[in-house]
Amino acid sequence: MAYERKFKIGKPILEVNNISLAFGGVKAITDTSFDVLEHEVRAIIGPNGAGKSSMLNCINGIYKPQKGTVSFRGQEIPNITPNIMAQMGLSRTFQNLALFKRMSVLDNILVGRKLHTKTNFLEVALQLPKVKKEEKLNRERSEEIISFLEIEDIKDTPVGKLPYGLQKKVELGRALATDSSIILLDEPMAGMNVEEKRDMCRFILKVNDELGTTMVLIEHDMGVVMDISDRVVVLDYGKVIGDGTPDEIMANQKVIDAYLGVEH
Amino acid sequence: MKPVFMTYTKKDLTNLAVCMVLSVLIIPTFIKTEYWYTSILIPWLCLALATIGQQIVMGYTGQLALGAAGFMAAGAFAMFNLILRVPDLGFVGSLIVSGLIAAAFGILFGLPSLKVRGIYLMVATLASQFFIIWMIDKFGWFKNYDSSGIITAQDIVILGKPFTTPLAMYFVCLAVTTILTLLAMNMARGSTGRNWMAVRDMDIAAESMGVSLLRTKVQAFAISAFYCGVAGALFAFCYLKSLEPVAFDIKLSFKILFMCILGGLGTINGAFIGAAFILLFPVLLNAIGNNVFHGAIDATIISSIEQVIFGLLMIIFMIYEPLGMAKLWENFKQSIRLKLSSSGIKSVKSSAQKSE
Repeated sequence: MAYERKFKIGKPILEVNNISLAFGGVKAITDTSFDVLEHEVRAIIGPNGAGKSSMLNCINGIYKPQKGTVSFRGQEIPNITPNIMAQMGLSRTFQNLALFKRMSVLDNILVGRKLHTKTNFLEVALQLPKVKKEEKLNRERSEEIISFLEIEDIKDTPVGKLPYGLQKKVELGRALATDSSIILLDEPMAGMNVEEKRDMCRFILKVNDELGTTMVLIEHDMGVVMDISDRVVVLDYGKVIGDGTPDEIMANQKVIDAYLGVEH
Repeated sequence: MKPVFMTYTKKDLTNLAVCMVLSVLIIPTFIKTEYWYTSILIPWLCLALATIGQQIVMGYTGQLALGAAGFMAAGAFAMFNLILRVPDLGFVGSLIVSGLIAAAFGILFGLPSLKVRGIYLMVATLASQFFIIWMIDKFGWFKNYDSSGIITAQDIVILGKPFTTPLAMYFVCLAVTTILTLLAMNMARGSTGRNWMAVRDMDIAAESMGVSLLRTKVQAFAISAFYCGVAGALFAFCYLKSLEPVAFDIKLSFKILFMCILGGLGTINGAFIGAAFILLFPVLLNAIGNNVFHGAIDATIISSIEQVIFGLLMIIFMIYEPLGMAKLWENFKQSIRLKLSSSGIKSVKSSAQKSE
């Protein structure tokens, strides 16, 4: 890629140190460490059941790993909950879509503005001027995101009625609305056709390029991963088997073995 | 197009104006019989208010709670004691404080929602129903050591003026209900309501967006109980005109639940529609029994038929229209609008262009 980046890749923003996670006797992740640098696009790949989604859930605080720590901007976070991570500036999307199905697209994205909403329920009930002002700002930002994602025509539709590809877009929009410095994307392109995938890649790169948002994504489409990511980490059976630039990963024998299978 | 944000659309304002004209001018001018005020309009407003409370916790926040009548009892007896013991507070002050006392109970009994959900939460919240009634019965202080079991409610006095006629009481209920309904609508449409619905639709995603489950759920329970508390106080002072724990039994809780579901979960106007339906339907059935069958059907059978029909309707609505009568009404308006516009598309279009 021969273009000049507006946001140069910087210091590690997120570090995962020696995480181990087990469900009863099943080990999902074993002693895994990797880092994510600021402003980069980082992909996590691996065969099914490699522990990729579990990894994101550990970073985001939905799962509590038995061992290991997560550091954000060099600072170790003791009791991770999704809420704390959101406040630190980490947002995410989910593998099997976790949208607010009965709410409209606009309302879904507005929920992403939660942390930029400071007024309490009493002020909202009384519709004080500062509530109106804040709501106006939040709506303007949400409309911006909606037009960025090119989904203006469906903004008042309840999300549950939308096709899968559009729902994925809305979920990205909701994560963007938080103005987080890092966004975790759990299979943002699963189940999409080529054209939709290309759109999604464009959005991801554009966000990364224009806003400098760090992107961590799980993806199965190798072509996409190799195209858009700066660095790739490969998990297999809960362990890191490769970590490096796309070219390094493609040349890594362990990775090739994990994907193609190897004779024992 | 620049995003424009207004709290109320023109349609909302016309709806509000129509409702206000209807309730403030037309009803008092044309309805003279006391029966309508004392037996239909006043309980309708009170129960609609309680149903809004139920809507907030169940329709908007998605927490299956069953104990609205318990909070109503808390509000009603708080009101009685406040007027009795702190007369300086005045009627409106007492009403607000009794709402707040009910809200405190709401927070207490809403806490299980953090750990259990669905039908289990329903059972847990049922505790509020039984605990509050038990508490009032058990400790004589709440009833001012009245041995008869039924206490007469004090007269309503606001700013030195007595409000004792049915019409005056109707206006008291109307004023309180209108204000609280508007506040509820503001919350439901604003960021508060979005947090509630986010928790309802997908709690884990809501948390990942920075919505605190603890705060949102407890807040919803508190606000819900506040509405129920105020509704209970009005129910006792304007409708029953007496205070007895039995009036706030589990049956009333179920009634409010039915109003909530039939009216339409997650709608404010559904609360009014549902309350009207559940209150008026028995009246209608009785009228049919008396006028069509001339009393040939026993009154007890009629009330049984009523239960059967309610049950059937609940099932039908749950299957075919979970959004209830409010949604039916919306669909009806939509179809009328479509019919009107298909006959006059041109005129609509030209007027639309003008307004732009």
